[in-house]
Amino acid sequence: MIDTNKQGEVWIFAEQEEGNLSDVPLELMTKGRQLAETLSVPLGAVLLGDAVSPLAGKLIAHGADKVYLVEHPKLAQYQTTGYSKAICELIEQYKPQICLYGATPVGRDLAPTVASTMWCGLTADCTDLQIGDHTDPISKQEHKNLLQQIRPAFGGNIIATIVNPSRWPQMATVREGVMPMSEPIASRKGQIIQCQADLDELDLPLTIEQTHRRPKRVNLKAARVIVAGGAGIGSRKNFDVLWELAGCLGAAVAGSRAAVDLGFIDHDHQVGQTGTTVRPALYIAAGISGAVQHRAGMQDSAKVLAINTDPKADIFSVAHYGIVGDFMEVVPKMIKAIRGGSDVKEAVASSQA
Amino acid sequence: MGYNCVVCVKQVPDTKRVTGDAMKEDGTVNRAALPAIFNPEDLNALEEALCIREAHGGTVTALSMGAPPVSETLRECLYRGADRGVLITDRKAAASDTLATSYILSLAVKKLQPDIVLCGRQAIDGDTAQVGPQLAGKLGFTLMTYVEELVELDGQTIRAKRNVGNGWELVSAKLPVLITVTEAANTPRPPAARRIMKYKKARTRSEVEQMAENLLEGDFENYTAELKAAEVAKHCQTLSDKGILIDQWSLEDMGADLDWCGMSGSPTKVHRIQSVVLKGGQYREIPPTEEGVASLVEQLVSDHTLG
Repeated sequence: MIDTNKQGEVWIFAEQEEGNLSDVPLELMTKGRQLAETLSVPLGAVLLGDAVSPLAGKLIAHGADKVYLVEHPKLAQYQTTGYSKAICELIEQYKPQICLYGATPVGRDLAPTVASTMWCGLTADCTDLQIGDHTDPISKQEHKNLLQQIRPAFGGNIIATIVNPSRWPQMATVREGVMPMSEPIASRKGQIIQCQADLDELDLPLTIEQTHRRPKRVNLKAARVIVAGGAGIGSRKNFDVLWELAGCLGAAVAGSRAAVDLGFIDHDHQVGQTGTTVRPALYIAAGISGAVQHRAGMQDSAKVLAINTDPKADIFSVAHYGIVGDFMEVVPKMIKAIRGGSDVKEAVASSQA
Repeated sequence: MGYNCVVCVKQVPDTKRVTGDAMKEDGTVNRAALPAIFNPEDLNALEEALCIREAHGGTVTALSMGAPPVSETLRECLYRGADRGVLITDRKAAASDTLATSYILSLAVKKLQPDIVLCGRQAIDGDTAQVGPQLAGKLGFTLMTYVEELVELDGQTIRAKRNVGNGWELVSAKLPVLITVTEAANTPRPPAARRIMKYKKARTRSEVEQMAENLLEGDFENYTAELKAAEVAKHCQTLSDKGILIDQWSLEDMGADLDWCGMSGSPTKVHRIQSVVLKGGQYREIPPTEEGVASLVEQLVSDHTLG
C-alpha cells in the first residue's frame, strides 16, 4: 500500500506475449489517456519482458507519456511471482495513483497478486472507468477525484461502481473490447525510463515445461457486421444458414454461451460476459433469448436486429429492429433479399473491398 | 506419501436463475429470492482434492467463510468425501472484500498447514477470480491459476496443465502451491448416500447454539446462561466424539488483526449500485414476410449500416 498521492501518474500494464502487444493494452491506453488528462498527470505504460524495447515506441504513439521499461531474461515468459515483484517495486518507487490491467488470463492472475502484496484495493473486470468524487456514507468524509470503477456484478444483474479512497494505488482490471482503441500518432513524443528488476531463482517458482498457443481464428472485435445465434438455433447443422447469411454480408459469425455450451459453435466465437465484447455496426441476433450475460457483450452495437419466435424475449429490449418469427424462415428471406437486390450486392461488395 | 489439501468453498446466490423478483425496487439484491448454492467451480476444486487423496492418500479439509447457514455447504463437502469441515464465522468479518477475505482465509490455512490449497477459478456472484491469487500471495505459496488438468504429483513436485485463454501451458512447481481449478478439470461426484447418513447431523457450534432450546428439556426460561453454555458444550462434545462436529473458528481464534478484516480491512468501497434496467419495447417491429425483410435490408443499405 502507498499513501494517497494526488500527483501520482496513471499507469497501464502493457501486456505482451513473445514481443507482441495485444489489443488490450492499446485499448487501455485510450481510457488511461482520458483519466490522465482529467487528473492532469502523465500516463505511464509499464512494459516488462526480455528484449521488448521495440514496443516502447508503439506505446508512446498510442498515448503514453512515459514507458517504464523493465527488461530481464527472467521476464521473458510471464509468471506470477517475478512479474508481480517487478511491478510492486516500481509502484513503491514511483507511487502511481492508478494502475490498470487488461482483464485477460494474465491480468487476472497478476493484478490480484500485486494487490495482495501491496495491501491495496482491486476491482475486477471493469467495463468503464471515470474520475469522480465520493463521500463516505458513515464518516461523511469527502474524497475528490477518485477512480470510479464500474463493473457488472451478480451475474450481470447489477452495475456496481467501486472506489478505493485510501489504500492506493487504485487498481482495476478492464474487460477486453469494451474500450475503443485510438489511432496511433507516430509523431507523439514520450520518455522511456529504463528500470532494473532484482530477480533471482526464487522469483521463478514455476517451470514452464510446454506452451501451446492456438492462434485465434476469428476476430469478432474487428467485424463490422456480426451474425449471432443462440440455443434457439437448435443444432450445429442449423447454424449453416447463419454462416451463409454472414457469407453474403461479409460478416463474422458468433454464438451465445448457450450455443457454445451446446456445441453449435466454437468458443472463439462466443459473445458475452465470458466471451468477447463486441460493438459492430450491425449485430444480428437469431434465436438468442438475450440473457443479461449475453447482452453485456453486445448491447453497445450501433444497430441490433433481433429475430426470435418469442416476442417477450429479453433480446428485444436492446434491439433496434425486431422480427418475431422463426429464423429458419426469416434468415433465408434475408439472404434472398441481399442476393436479389443488385444495389444491395454492390453495397455489400464495396464494404468488403 | 499423502498430501494434505485444503479446499476453499463458497456459498453463493444462484445468479444464473435470476427471476423477476431478484431485484428489489430500490435496486438492491433480494437475496431471499435467490437460492443459495455451492459455487460451481468450487465443486471442481473439491473433486480434484478428493482425486488427489484417492491416488496418494492424505486428507481433504473444506474451508469456508460466511454466516452460520454456510455450514450447509460444508456438509455438502462432507457428503461428497471431505474429511473435515472448517467454518470461519464472525460478525467482524462481514463486508470483507476480496483482500480482507484472503487475509482471513490465510490465517485459517496457516493453522491447517496443507501441502496444496485448491480454489475454484471464480465465484459466480462476483466473478472476480481474485481470492485465489490473493490468498496465494498472503501465504507465499506458488500460484497456479486456471488448472484444467492435474498431470502429476510426485513427492514435492506438482505438474499441471493451465488454460491460458489462447492455449495451454504445462507447468510444474515445488509444493506448497495454491491452484485454482476450472470447470473443465473434472466432473464433480455426487454426494454419497452412505456419507449423507453419516454426516447429515454434522453441525457447527453456532448451529448447536441455535438448537439449544430444543436440546434442553423442560422450561427453557429456568436455565441460566452457564447451564445453556454447558449444554451446548456437552452436545458439541458428543458430535465431536462421533466425528461430525464441523469446526468453527472466530477471528480471535485465529489471532486476526481486526484492522485487516471486515469493513476496515477492505480498501474497496461501493460507491453506487444500479440495477440493470431494460429499456423494453423501443424497437421497430419488422413483419417476418419477404416484403418486410426486403425493406429492412434496403433500409440498412441506404443508411450505410450495410455497405
